Amino acid sequence: MGVLSLIIKREFISKVRNKSFIVMTFVSPIIFVAVAALIGYLSSMKTEVKHIGIHDESGMFVNEFKNSESYKYHDVSKIDPKLLKDSVSQANYEGVLFIPKKDNLKDYEKAIEYVSEDSPSLGFIADTESKLSEKLLRKNLNNQGIDTVLLDKSQIDVTMHLTKASGEETVKGVNEIKIGVGAIFGYLIMMFIIIYGNMVMRSVIEEKTSRIIEIIISSIKPIQLMMGKIIGTTLAGILQFVIWAIVGVILLVVANLLLGLNTSSPTTEMISKAPEYNQLLSNVTIIFMEIKKLPLLSMAVYFLIYFIGGYFLYSSLYAAIGAAVDNETDTQQFMFPVIMPLMLGVYIGFFTVMNEPHGTVATIFSMIPFTSPIVMLMRIPFGVPFYEIALSIALLFATFIAIVWVAAKIYRVGILMYGKKPTWKELIKWLKY
Amino acid sequence: MKPILQVNNVVKKYGDKTALNNISLDIPQGSVFGLLGPNGAGKTSLIRIINQITFPDSGEILLDGEKLSPHHVKHIGYMPEERGLYKSMKVGEQALYLAQLKGISKDEAKKQLKYWFDKLEIGDWWNKKIQELSKGMAQKIQFVVTVLHQPKLLIFDEPFSGFDPVNANIIKDEILELKQKGSTIIFSTHRMESVEEMCDEIALIHKSDKLLDGSLVDIKKQFRSNTFDLGINALNPNQLKDFLKAKYQIEDTFFKSLDNELKLSVKLNDRSANELLNDVLPFGQVTHFSEKIPSINDIFIQTVTNN
Repeated sequence: MGVLSLIIKREFISKVRNKSFIVMTFVSPIIFVAVAALIGYLSSMKTEVKHIGIHDESGMFVNEFKNSESYKYHDVSKIDPKLLKDSVSQANYEGVLFIPKKDNLKDYEKAIEYVSEDSPSLGFIADTESKLSEKLLRKNLNNQGIDTVLLDKSQIDVTMHLTKASGEETVKGVNEIKIGVGAIFGYLIMMFIIIYGNMVMRSVIEEKTSRIIEIIISSIKPIQLMMGKIIGTTLAGILQFVIWAIVGVILLVVANLLLGLNTSSPTTEMISKAPEYNQLLSNVTIIFMEIKKLPLLSMAVYFLIYFIGGYFLYSSLYAAIGAAVDNETDTQQFMFPVIMPLMLGVYIGFFTVMNEPHGTVATIFSMIPFTSPIVMLMRIPFGVPFYEIALSIALLFATFIAIVWVAAKIYRVGILMYGKKPTWKELIKWLKY
Repeated sequence: MKPILQVNNVVKKYGDKTALNNISLDIPQGSVFGLLGPNGAGKTSLIRIINQITFPDSGEILLDGEKLSPHHVKHIGYMPEERGLYKSMKVGEQALYLAQLKGISKDEAKKQLKYWFDKLEIGDWWNKKIQELSKGMAQKIQFVVTVLHQPKLLIFDEPFSGFDPVNANIIKDEILELKQKGSTIIFSTHRMESVEEMCDEIALIHKSDKLLDGSLVDIKKQFRSNTFDLGINALNPNQLKDFLKAKYQIEDTFFKSLDNELKLSVKLNDRSANELLNDVLPFGQVTHFSEKIPSINDIFIQTVTNN
């Protein structure tokens, strides 16, 4: 058996046998499902009904406010405003809306006041303001002699059908699906790099502090140890992800059965709204069709390529950091520059790729090797020209080789250095040893 | 004896700091070779180069006449000064893993491991983790790991540090037995009494330079001062002293003896020991007469402080 495979095997077994690995692997899906269930439960709970008083001197607006599930409106126009303000502070009402009487409708622009103990939510403010404006608009139109009932009847809502030049029909929201799929891949890569990169780093530090390192590198080359460590840890990580996927699916199925949260079967309410439901159904089918239409196979292949390139790139950096320090607390100063491009990649992915998948910013960051595994994976569902992908992959692997070379140098010197906290300047000096 | 390891003009620099300055050594086959020197002299740097952990800036190292290359690691066993093992790995698995890294097969490693575990009576530790063992126990495992692949050349960096006297003695005997079986041993240590006891050859490194090397006997001869310790129950000590002063250099000295006799250290200058004996015999009963042999400790301190 080759030396490399010996190291990979040992690293893999020592990771998998570790108690924290076993606990993490089997407990985190349970925690994940529990949190998901909790969020589901909390959001399905009815919110408390809020009582709003309306003091309308004009008598024009009070009927515009209809009770809803979360807000109940009370006409308090007959009560003395001073008294009302007191009762707000005694919390009889969440808040009171004061509408004075004005002859000129234009004067209402600044005249309406809302008094409350707690600041109202943005949604409530927007809703209330739009109700008031709407009423004023209609009043104004009526005053000008325009029939608002007729106006309502003449209103026509347009929904565009989106069709690609190739003739396929698409639905609105498909971009969201694409970014969703890309985001999942990109996010997975980031999480994997952070979790398993850290594992590689800790394992290097462990060898350093236990002082076995000198015995090992008297038998093999440091780069063999480093690569074996990275690959062995990766395999353990992939095993963990596979177990998570399987356990997660099983738990979700079980949870669905237990809680009866069956989302796919039509409810009576839906049936009563049959036309809308049919519309929804056809949208769901189209969405599924769209997902199927995505180049899933090639995306999986690209995921694998970027995953390997990105993960190896970063975990060699993590290995070098581990080799440079004596203990984990000293790693902080080196961690930030490693985490930052990862974070940047995810943010660029979410904010820029979503709006403009082929814009300049997205294109540039999908070329830079430190962000390309995340950004390019998010762009791929939108269709990226092959030469761009090829260039990005070539850059990624060229950098990967360069970084592994640099990391191996730091690693080789660092693992035998004890006692002092290295500075960046020293790390650069090590490259020349 | 044919050298098993030749170090030829090895230079090693870390940045602008020189760790080894043009070092050349021949280590004879089957010898116990003591590599001596104060802390920071460059011993560990040299040992790391022999183990191919680091590489010299210039110069070369030959093992059995062949330029050192990766396949030689299986012929070298190395116990570093700063040593340790995987804390949470089982003793047996760990030893097998380290032996396999040296390039021997799993079956062969198992066979050897069984031999050593029986020999050191530690067979029941196989399934224990290192963290469950005491420091001394872990050191024994460390020794087994070093010799398991039956290397021709064994390198021990401060081998006895951390061992209690009983275990240190066991290890010392094992090392000497390995020498009997034909292994060559390089020793790096400060403990001069173990050098006196075990080494055939030594080299002294100080501030990256080699100050002296050769067989222990030759070096001692080189440092002999032709001085003898003399003990005599003289009838008239002062007369004897005056007489000796004319021909030799004498000093009062001290050594352990049963009588309260006159104790002198006498430097012969160019005369022979027999002449001195003849000169003193008429003055009384000679109780003690021996050559002062310089200890390695003396040589070490003398050489280092002179440079």
